[in-house]
Amino acid sequence: MALLEVEDLRVSFATPDGQLDAVRGLSFTVESGKTLGIVGESGSGKSVSTQAIMGLVRGARISGSALFDGNDLLTMDSEALRKIRGAEIGMIFQDPLSSLHPYYRVGWQIIEMIRAHDSSIAKDTARTRAVELLRLVGIPQAENRVDDFPHQFSGGMRQRAMIAMAMALNPKLLIADEPTTALDVTVQAQVLEVMKRLQEEFGTAIIMITHDLGVIAEVADDVVVMYAGAVMEEGARDTIFYDAHHPYAEGLLLSLPGYGTRERLVPIAGQPPSLISLPEGCPFRPRCPYAFDRCTETPPLLDVGDKDDHGSACWLPADRKARAGMRHQPATKRPVAKRAAKK
Amino acid sequence: MGRFLVRRILQGLLVMWLVTIAAFCLFFIDPSGPMSVARRIGGRQATTQQLHRIIHDLGLNQPLYKQYWHFLWGAPGRPGLLQGGLGRDYYFGEPVTHILYQAAPITFSLAIGASVLWLAMGLASGILSAVRPRSFLDRFFTTIALFFYSMPTFVLGLLLLLIFYFDFTTKLHLAWFPAAGYVAFSHNPWEWVHHLILPWMTLAVVSAAAYTRLSRSSMLDVLGEDYIRTARAKGLTERRVVLRHGLRAALTPIVTQFGIDLAVLIGGAIVTEQVFSMQGLGFEAVQAINNQDLPVILGIVIVASAAVVIANIVVDIIYAVLDPRVRLN
Ligand SMILES: Nc1ncnc2c1ncn2[C@@H]1O[C@H](COP(=O)(O)OP(=O)(O)O)[C@@H](O)[C@H]1O
Ligand code: SF4
Ligand SMILES: [Mg+2]
Repeated sequence: MALLEVEDLRVSFATPDGQLDAVRGLSFTVESGKTLGIVGESGSGKSVSTQAIMGLVRGARISGSALFDGNDLLTMDSEALRKIRGAEIGMIFQDPLSSLHPYYRVGWQIIEMIRAHDSSIAKDTARTRAVELLRLVGIPQAENRVDDFPHQFSGGMRQRAMIAMAMALNPKLLIADEPTTALDVTVQAQVLEVMKRLQEEFGTAIIMITHDLGVIAEVADDVVVMYAGAVMEEGARDTIFYDAHHPYAEGLLLSLPGYGTRERLVPIAGQPPSLISLPEGCPFRPRCPYAFDRCTETPPLLDVGDKDDHGSACWLPADRKARAGMRHQPATKRPVAKRAAKK
Repeated sequence: MGRFLVRRILQGLLVMWLVTIAAFCLFFIDPSGPMSVARRIGGRQATTQQLHRIIHDLGLNQPLYKQYWHFLWGAPGRPGLLQGGLGRDYYFGEPVTHILYQAAPITFSLAIGASVLWLAMGLASGILSAVRPRSFLDRFFTTIALFFYSMPTFVLGLLLLLIFYFDFTTKLHLAWFPAAGYVAFSHNPWEWVHHLILPWMTLAVVSAAAYTRLSRSSMLDVLGEDYIRTARAKGLTERRVVLRHGLRAALTPIVTQFGIDLAVLIGGAIVTEQVFSMQGLGFEAVQAINNQDLPVILGIVIVASAAVVIANIVVDIIYAVLDPRVRLN
């Protein structure tokens, strides 16, 4: 049994302009001790879906199921869910400065986490553990810095502290929502390193949410590519990187610096669709360089390629050559040199 | 923190000094000469002879800078502001400080009790509203707040008097609430509370309305913050999320507003003191204006400004205590 099985998750908000469907039938599974990467442009529903599972989204209509260790997180009572939050599923977020309470010391916040789930733990035991955790995530002089306020930490240290807090109770699953997006490139690598080390040490499963395929390449075992609140493609990491089927996944790969040759650095043209009254058909159609008549019909997640865990919500043929011939323009339409000359 | 404090206190002193200059200019400078200044100070009934005496006593025909010095520091036999003197009240024939000493405890009692009450009511209703926005309770508090917010103080005061004093006593024969007056706390604490309940309610209910709105919006802002999401993700109880994490941060703007409101109130709760015939600073101020009794008005202006300045400094200190980002920079 997988650690987390999300099935047909739907989340919608009532907005003044009408119902906004942020997540539209999302399914994925996370295996114990493994890392699932969820990748997609901003607004594709990555945060809303994971926070909905954790009961952190307010004022939304939520349906589907999310079985964690066999129990449905979406239907259990709020007290049971509260006990799982933090203790069995830890979370870290994009902006570590705003995610830590500005008025409380870093150590206090970690101690609070520890004692929230077991008030029998003495304060100084919890404090010793907090220092230990800070040392574990690589905070220098942890025994002094434990009494600092978040604003006295650097960006990378804050995210390390968030990780220390999320890992304090040795959860089975860590949900990391764009944990490196707000950080400098060098710091990003260090934070990912810390997460990988802790995962090996404690056997934690991780959901790594990002819009950056570079991060996915670093840490993910399996990948879900999300667009407009639904899965476009899923598969093992190498399958997605070397044998992507869906034009959206291909677009993301082409916009990745250092992927393929230099000339191929092309952002996906156009904007994500509005999630209010999305029309029938493939949601990527308006931006898709392959779109053809069948695409007005919504494609389900179809088996593609020779790997049986490889699925793609696209009508294109599985055969790479046949697919290439259906592209309206070549992928290298705008080489870097030409773009630079225009500026 | 130390430097911040010193800077704030120096700023406060500067403001107080400017207030004394402004007050001095208003009360002691008159283009038509010392005689009209003396008339203002002496009050309506003063005779010409008395006016000449005032001019002589206060040195009103001396150069202005000397007069200001006398006002600020004092002259022989006449302590100035810095020595705690506020001059003599010619209308009642006693030092202004005597009048203020009698009035101030009444106003303080009124202000302290009322502000504690309104803060409690405003915070409780504001938090409950923010925790469930657009719920029945939220709408209920919003409506009540709007109702009392738009109600003049004297109407509410008279209404409370009518119901709790008049109707209770005459119709129900329950003499639970006195109509007027003040009993010192040191004299009888129970009677002190007893006499203050209705005036406290009057002031508190009117002000609580504003605090309901303020704490609701402040709390709503804070509850949308990322660190509240973190607190929930940690598996804290909702109660702890709201009170320990939410309220802690939402308090800052409320405390700021509270300090200012309290200070203004200490300058005199004019309407409430009138309605309940309590001879506090506001009552004295009105009386002084009716009698054209300038020394008392001047004294109250100085005391009220000092209250506002001190409250501002205290608010800044509390602000720094609440927010480590201010304290540690
Ligand atoms: N509380 C909300 N009310 C209305 N719309 C929301 C709310 N929260 C998120 N959304 C919308 O849901 C969509 C998905 O958002 P999100 O999950 O944050 O995207 P991602 O994390 O992939 O960048 C966005 O279009 C966003 O505007
Ligand atoms: S279904 Fe059609 S529009 Fe959608 S991605 Fe595939 S080819 Fe493009
Ligand atoms: Mg997001």
